[in-house]
Amino acid sequence: MELARPIPDQSAPWSAAVVAPARPGLNWLPPPPADWGARLRAAADWAELTALARYRLDALATLRLDRRMRAIFDDTPPDGAVAARVAVLASSTAEHLSPSLRVGLARHGIWACVHTGAYGCYAQELLDEGGALQAFRPDTVLFALDARHVAAWSGPNGSGPGEAGPNGAGSNGAGPNGTRPNGARPEGDEAAGAESGILHRLTGQWRRARDTLGAHVVQQTLLPVFPRLMGNNEHRLPAGQASLVERLNARLRDLADREGVDLLAADVWAARDGIAAWYDPALWHRAKQEVHPGAAPLYGDLLARLVAARRGRAKKCLVLDLDNTCWGGTIGDDGLDGIQLGPGSAMGEAFSGFQTYARDLSRRGVILAVCSKNDAANALEPFECHPGMVLRRDDIACFAANWTDKATNLRDIAARLNIGLDSLVFADDNPAERDLIRRELPEVAVPELPEDPALFAGTIADAGYFESLGLTAEDQARTGQYRANLAREVAKTEATGLESFLRDLDMELRWSRWHRDGLKRIVQLTGKTNQFNLTAQRLDEAAVLDLIQDENALTLSLRLLDRFGDNGIAGLIAGRFDAAGKDIVLDLWLMSCRVLGRGMEQAALNLAVAEAKRLGAERLIGIYRPSAKNGMVRDHYENLGFAPMGGGRWFLPVADVPARPVFMRIREG
Amino acid sequence: MDQDTIMSRLTDLFRNMFDDDALILTPDTTAGDVPGWDSMAHIALMVEAEQRFGVKFQTVEMEELSNVGEFAALLHHKIGDETRAR
Repeated sequence: MELARPIPDQSAPWSAAVVAPARPGLNWLPPPPADWGARLRAAADWAELTALARYRLDALATLRLDRRMRAIFDDTPPDGAVAARVAVLASSTAEHLSPSLRVGLARHGIWACVHTGAYGCYAQELLDEGGALQAFRPDTVLFALDARHVAAWSGPNGSGPGEAGPNGAGSNGAGPNGTRPNGARPEGDEAAGAESGILHRLTGQWRRARDTLGAHVVQQTLLPVFPRLMGNNEHRLPAGQASLVERLNARLRDLADREGVDLLAADVWAARDGIAAWYDPALWHRAKQEVHPGAAPLYGDLLARLVAARRGRAKKCLVLDLDNTCWGGTIGDDGLDGIQLGPGSAMGEAFSGFQTYARDLSRRGVILAVCSKNDAANALEPFECHPGMVLRRDDIACFAANWTDKATNLRDIAARLNIGLDSLVFADDNPAERDLIRRELPEVAVPELPEDPALFAGTIADAGYFESLGLTAEDQARTGQYRANLAREVAKTEATGLESFLRDLDMELRWSRWHRDGLKRIVQLTGKTNQFNLTAQRLDEAAVLDLIQDENALTLSLRLLDRFGDNGIAGLIAGRFDAAGKDIVLDLWLMSCRVLGRGMEQAALNLAVAEAKRLGAERLIGIYRPSAKNGMVRDHYENLGFAPMGGGRWFLPVADVPARPVFMRIREG
Repeated sequence: MDQDTIMSRLTDLFRNMFDDDALILTPDTTAGDVPGWDSMAHIALMVEAEQRFGVKFQTVEMEELSNVGEFAALLHHKIGDETRAR
């Protein structure tokens, strides 16, 4: 109650000029519960304090939590806690950031001691051998320089020796465009020189911090606090301060990479939230606070992510719920055609957009897993054959779709991937499931997904769970080794997992040659099966009847039963001898999407080979004829061991087809 | 918003800020009466009040307020300003 965001009095009118801008919030965290204040007063141990930090705290709640933490632990790290010593080197007021830094780090399970030097003295402190900064022994140094301070280095006495050559100078302002207004060309050269001087000076400070303190160096990018003098095309006034800040921020990226320095990208966040949410000129004049106290909780969390990432504490795996998280609706109830996914509806596109974000995360090294309350077969179906799916089954390292509770499944996922529970992020639209996991497995990060799926990706991105630095060669090598180990581990567990899953299904494949009784059903299936259909061959009643009556035709009708019931006719195969009378050409091979991922293709092939032998054929010829929808079976024959003949044709000699395991009983009937 | 409501909401703010549920504010309460009400806490109070009352203080208003009564009066004035602006 006491922490609830106050709702502005609706009777009062607001205008931009008089209303405080919205604060950048920790929107991925759940709102503090009603008893947060009571818990804070009672909190006595580190675990409870970190739990209290994992709510959507505003600046005031952050202050209160920090006060409690310091009252209990002062300068002594709690037993067993990971500790950090953070020095903030600021050119203006930074004390108001300290509580947020400590609370942000606590949220990441790190107890922090924070040092902010005397006002305006950071440069002297840095040079002072044996001074307070050295005595503090920071392991992390944050350069939090205000934009005015840095811009002033470009003044007549400010700039140091230039480090950039002609290319550096020519890259800004003085392009080939001779029509620039206001003599931008000479001014541009001068500005580029000033800029290089500033960067040179910054580099010197970074090196000093690294070499004399042995610390991890973090540079906050500059906030765009200066009003623009020209407007949209401010860059044509290279000497202007607004322009200078933009260029410095751009060049800081490369420079930081070269120097092994990590950036705290305040400029990016200010662009997202609006500079008014990050910087208030009135507070600057009143207290020389460049970062608005309302933005401090986010600022603290941003530093905490960098510190945590440096210590290998970033999250590693995104675990996805499926129904209403990866698609709209419930696959078990709504079926493949009923779920919202992909182009055609705004909601469908929003879910596809979220899947794209998850896929892109996986491409840069985040492991994906699925944890869904579903029958496994239903859960897999969209992965196998829904055209709106962006994620493929292959993208998912660990697939848990069953009716066991999700806490048990998450434990199992962590164990199978051989990572800690504290490496997991669990994305679920259902508040009850989220609540359950937060209570049962507090180590697992559970983002407070908003109702609108269009906002899922942004919420997870904002949380910074997967903050990644990935700079040094060792880091990359370590990641590579880790991934290789993981891949082997996953391959192993997946193989056994899939096998036991298939065995658990207790499947029976009942096959028969085509028969008049099934005529209508066969015609219907060839007409409506689009995706798993090798030739998209549509057969009318006469054509089907013709095949039924041809004793030399190969026809198979496949019915699949499992412990959940009878899936009906799930596959049809038909073929005839070619003109030479030696090969049977398979004109038709289709299967129902409902039974994909069950290994039925192999069982069907075994039956087709047996029939071909009975009919006296030497080879089976498979045809793949691409259609708008059957891309999923492009490699079907290759996967089954056929050899390519070109022209979309594949062959398999029937004499020596290797036996591959199938996980179903085969019965004629 | 009347003066009593403003005082009661300010009291809630102060109690949270200074972790003192017994804190009683009067118009005469000054920074010297409340342990922890230093210049940094003062800024934090102003910023939090902006958020809670939905107002934005101007630079001139950021200058020292000598007691709680002036703080409440300023809020009353600003909220009134906005009502008039309609």
